[in-house]
Amino acid sequence: MFEIIYILWLRQIKRHFRSKSRLVGSLGQPLLFLIALGFGLGPMFQQAGAGNYLDFIAPGIIAMGILFTSIFNGFELIWDKQFGFMKETFVAPVPRYQILLGKTLGGATVATIQGILILILTLIVGFTIPDLSIIPLALIFMFLIAIFYTLVGITIASLLEDLQGFQLIMNFLVMPTFFLSGAIFPLENLNGILKLLVSVNPLSYGIDGMRSVLINQPSIFGLSFDLILLFSLSIVILGVGTYLFNKIQIN
Amino acid sequence: MNIIKVENLTKKFNGFTAVEGISFDVSEGEIFAFLGPNGAGKSTTIKMLTTLISPNSGKIIFNENPKLTKNEIRDMFGIVFQDHSLDDELTAYENMEYHGVIYKVPKNERKKRIEEALKLVELWDRKNDLVKKFSGGMKRRLEIARSLIHYPKILFLDEPTLGLDPQTRKKIWEQIHIMNKEKGMTIFMTTHYMEEAEKMAHRIAIIDHGKIKDMGTFEEYKEKYKTNSLEEVFLQITGEKIREEEPEKNYMFKKRMGR
Repeated sequence: MFEIIYILWLRQIKRHFRSKSRLVGSLGQPLLFLIALGFGLGPMFQQAGAGNYLDFIAPGIIAMGILFTSIFNGFELIWDKQFGFMKETFVAPVPRYQILLGKTLGGATVATIQGILILILTLIVGFTIPDLSIIPLALIFMFLIAIFYTLVGITIASLLEDLQGFQLIMNFLVMPTFFLSGAIFPLENLNGILKLLVSVNPLSYGIDGMRSVLINQPSIFGLSFDLILLFSLSIVILGVGTYLFNKIQIN
Repeated sequence: MNIIKVENLTKKFNGFTAVEGISFDVSEGEIFAFLGPNGAGKSTTIKMLTTLISPNSGKIIFNENPKLTKNEIRDMFGIVFQDHSLDDELTAYENMEYHGVIYKVPKNERKKRIEEALKLVELWDRKNDLVKKFSGGMKRRLEIARSLIHYPKILFLDEPTLGLDPQTRKKIWEQIHIMNKEKGMTIFMTTHYMEEAEKMAHRIAIIDHGKIKDMGTFEEYKEKYKTNSLEEVFLQITGEKIREEEPEKNYMFKKRMGR
């Protein structure tokens, strides 16, 4: 079983690092947000007495990169379904859940690596981490976000036949998830519908945790709550994903 | 022994009947061909036989043992799909290794078998090249090599030579012939090339519009329909000439997307 998970994991890693365009391309958008928002809105944020906006936004941008790369795994699954490679895997004498686990771990590893690359980028443009000993905890948060959204991507992709449909869903899911997460604005003093939307968004908890860890600021929801929530949601979506993944038929 | 026995198999897609109540059996060591035009139900039948889709009704029994589980059945066969099923971003060797792992070829055997299979299809010296650099014929040969490394008892070939040049087709059939003769592998193939069915298959089932129209050896057909060519047989049975199939429908799209 472990060898099967490993070979699926390895495939994702190899594919990712062989495609230079994917490797670099997925850094572009976060970098743009980082520069446009970080430096564009930074002075205003500072004037309002809210501190350094670049430091504030960096954890959110890292999470954004992880979110995009993770969800993209769904796109890859549809691609594999449409263009044959999944047939080869599905017809093998292997339980589907092992395939799902391998794909998820591979996809999440890739997304975490992208997150680390973005973290390095943020450091280059001026983000500072006050205490380096928190890096392992930050990595745990990054990996949990990656696992959860990789599973979300794969679960949605299990239901879909074509790439266009997936793209549409992405637009209605990924962008709102990012914008309504506290990635770019503080969550204190929110009210009404926005507060509700933010609090039902799993990414809010991931970003809260990452920000709290990375820039050493008190967490809003509580660090352990963030961790437990992300972990539990991942287990739930793993259940749903396994069920739907089992039902994929290749025509 | 009947290694495959099919009874009254039916598959419908949204009201359209792709395969309608077909029955046949394949003996161990036989080369059995499904001959029919595009849309006749050949691929749908192969997908049902290989557990990829489930039939609406009917029975498929492998090894005369109705109790086999899906995974036990999957252990028994290898398949070469009609359209491309390799990972273009991996090398030939990596594709083989992936297959070896998911088909549980023992680790100490894997290397040896991959080498053996790649040599058989004359791709050993290209083993470290990315598959995207391969021609259509090379990819097909690699897929055949891949389907062999877990030593399947049955090999399913869905239009294995579709869209290939005559030379490559000949080479592929030679390799299939070797596997059948030397390893006693049962071969279930679909084709719409008359001469391939004629030359290769021990028995041929002619299928059209989801139904088996007739079944037998080439000799039996010749006698029954009083003709020397399968083409003529086909014409008499279906009232029309076989329709040409388009080569790999996804291929152009994939090219466009640069994969």
